[in-house]
Amino acid sequence: MSDTNLRSATISVLVENESGVLARVIGLFSGRGYNIDNLTVAPVERDGSKSRITVVTQGTQMVIEQIKAQLDRLVPVYKVLDLSEGPHLARELALIKVIGTGEKRAEALRLADAFRARVIDATTESFTFELTGATDKLDAFLDLMRPIGLAEVSRTGVAAIARGVKTIS
Amino acid sequence: MDGTIASPELMNSGAEALLRALKAQGVDVIFGYPGGAVLPIYDAIFQQNEIKHILVRHEQAAVHAAEGYARSTGKVGCVLVTSGPGATNAVTGLVDALMDSVPLVCLCGQVPTHLIGNDAFQEADTTGITRPATKHNYLVKKSEDLVRVVHEAFLVARSGRPGPVLIDLPKDILIAPASYREPSQTQHRSYRPRTEPDARRIDEAVALLKRAERPVIYAGGGVVNAGPEASRLLTEFTRLTGFPITNTLMGLGAYPASDPLFIGMLGMHGTYEANLVMHGCDVMLNIGARFDDRVTGRLNAFSPNSKKIHADIDPSNINKTVPVDVPIVGDALATLKALIAAWKKDATPVNKNALAQWWGQIDVWRSKNSLGFHQPRDRGSIIKPQYAIQQLYKATRGRETYITTEVGQHQMWAAQHFKFEKPNHWMTSGGLGTMGYGLPAAMGVQVAHPDALVVDIAGEASILMNIQEMGTLAQFRLPVKVFILNNQYMGMVRQWQELLHGGRYSSSYSEALPDFVKLAESFHAVGLRAETVDDLDRVIAEMIAVDKPVIADICVDQAENVFPMIPSGAAHNQMLLGPGNQDGSGPAVTNEGMALV
Repeated sequence: MSDTNLRSATISVLVENESGVLARVIGLFSGRGYNIDNLTVAPVERDGSKSRITVVTQGTQMVIEQIKAQLDRLVPVYKVLDLSEGPHLARELALIKVIGTGEKRAEALRLADAFRARVIDATTESFTFELTGATDKLDAFLDLMRPIGLAEVSRTGVAAIARGVKTIS
Repeated sequence: MDGTIASPELMNSGAEALLRALKAQGVDVIFGYPGGAVLPIYDAIFQQNEIKHILVRHEQAAVHAAEGYARSTGKVGCVLVTSGPGATNAVTGLVDALMDSVPLVCLCGQVPTHLIGNDAFQEADTTGITRPATKHNYLVKKSEDLVRVVHEAFLVARSGRPGPVLIDLPKDILIAPASYREPSQTQHRSYRPRTEPDARRIDEAVALLKRAERPVIYAGGGVVNAGPEASRLLTEFTRLTGFPITNTLMGLGAYPASDPLFIGMLGMHGTYEANLVMHGCDVMLNIGARFDDRVTGRLNAFSPNSKKIHADIDPSNINKTVPVDVPIVGDALATLKALIAAWKKDATPVNKNALAQWWGQIDVWRSKNSLGFHQPRDRGSIIKPQYAIQQLYKATRGRETYITTEVGQHQMWAAQHFKFEKPNHWMTSGGLGTMGYGLPAAMGVQVAHPDALVVDIAGEASILMNIQEMGTLAQFRLPVKVFILNNQYMGMVRQWQELLHGGRYSSSYSEALPDFVKLAESFHAVGLRAETVDDLDRVIAEMIAVDKPVIADICVDQAENVFPMIPSGAAHNQMLLGPGNQDGSGPAVTNEGMALV
């Protein structure tokens, strides 16, 4: 088990939606020296009583097991699920602003079409695209936009869920 | 509590509702220090007699006192401090309790809710500051939450792996009327620690233990935390198996030190036999210990050929630093019960021949007498610190004696030379290593056990970190004995400088120490001093006989070091032994080792 291979893990944490709960989770990562590659949080119960936090992190198998155990012992945590242990879906949304004119502008639109990015705002010298997908799809699109006028990007971080009938609760 | 939920009853103030909830939780004493934000609570305390308040001289001491109270009784300790500096002063104590799994509830004043975030006088972001310093913390923003939060805080503090819980109480919440409810029997929404071990894991563990040729039981503070019955079952199980057993620093007393199966404390300053047993064993049962770095030494050389069974109530302790073969998540008491039942049920005999051979080897290691020292007896001879502890131990045998310590060489000598037969009689700061812990902790122990002998084995440097508590001892007539092994050095720092930094004693010599005898007298206590070996027994006898707080200033050999010692970054089989017991010069410390603390 003294394996030194790093792996990426997508961990969903169902928490009591109380003040300071996000700080507890983030503080745990920074205090114990774990990485957060990205993180999302939002209430998921109708009455707003529970939130779901999704953290993408990296570590050796031993560190990832440790992260899950540490998360699980926080008092307001209901459930910790390591989605990367099984088949799962992970999606991110990005808003991407591209500024340019002429051929570059046309090229941006063509590529956006190929990636199924939606135009949600346009001026004569800019487009803002909305793109949803796996992290690597968003990364690929941004790489293509960079030389043709990528000006700004806002990403949500990953929302993830297990495939099939499996649920977190 | 019959499980029915009574309808809420409105109390005149939050402070009154708070005190009623504390009483319902069994609180009989609070260690605290007043201030503006907590005045309503102090007013409510003034108007009742069931809960006693011990006024400390510094908030850090309030927390350590509550730790001493909690660890010597098994109950939850209770602390009350004011906002701002009151809270920040308490932080060291909270982290100490977190590291050593001590159940506490710390009540903390806060500026009124409408001023939070305005940089008001004596405001601090207490829940922010103490989030990583506690097992859990709360800020009460609404009166209707107050009593529920108090009951919940006690549940969280004492259940699962115990720890400190802080409740931040804005002043307006303490003043406004609040409803009171008895604790409910319903389960916590999200917090449900597991206490019952998995039966299959228990069977796997017993199967391994039965086949073991060179087994060891390594028991820690988790057994003490699980209550005296867990210690009794640990003793029963160990005798059933006939295996050698070692205790961690936190676990001392969980197994009777006088028992022949006990091979002493393990780790950095553990016995030769305990560390070599850990290194050479083929099956290790860790129960209620966490493979702390003081215990394991260099991780990749730790007990290289053993199958490891690890029983712990905290799943995050399992596979944290040392990968184990059989993980058992559960309370030490439940786990020991299950182990005993499974051991009796499994008819496989133990390997008697192999076990006899193992004990033969252990006896050879034992014969090294690794804790040995030489005390010259000629008139005027300087006192060896180990000898001082040994004589203190002899003089207190047969009495109900509780020992606390500060942190450093004296702490290790106390752990090595004072023999504990029962749990809950040894209070020391293990995880955090907090100098200044011992005196306030002793204070808390004495409050809980007014007729017992309570001794803080101290160093002259550590004791000065919370010396102001001598005032508390006088005010509340707490006859705590402070037994200072005075070598005029921060001894453990000096030892590391001698062994690892070429004898350059940078800032480890305390010039201008106070006259501890006069210092005791100025605090209405008795001051005694032993300058040579001829004075020692008389001073100890007088210290025990006086029904007042005492400082006994024991002048000891300045050059003495704690041995055995596993130097930083070394393995268990690379111990340094004391002078006259050395195999060679010991292992060289690597650069990697130098970086370790």
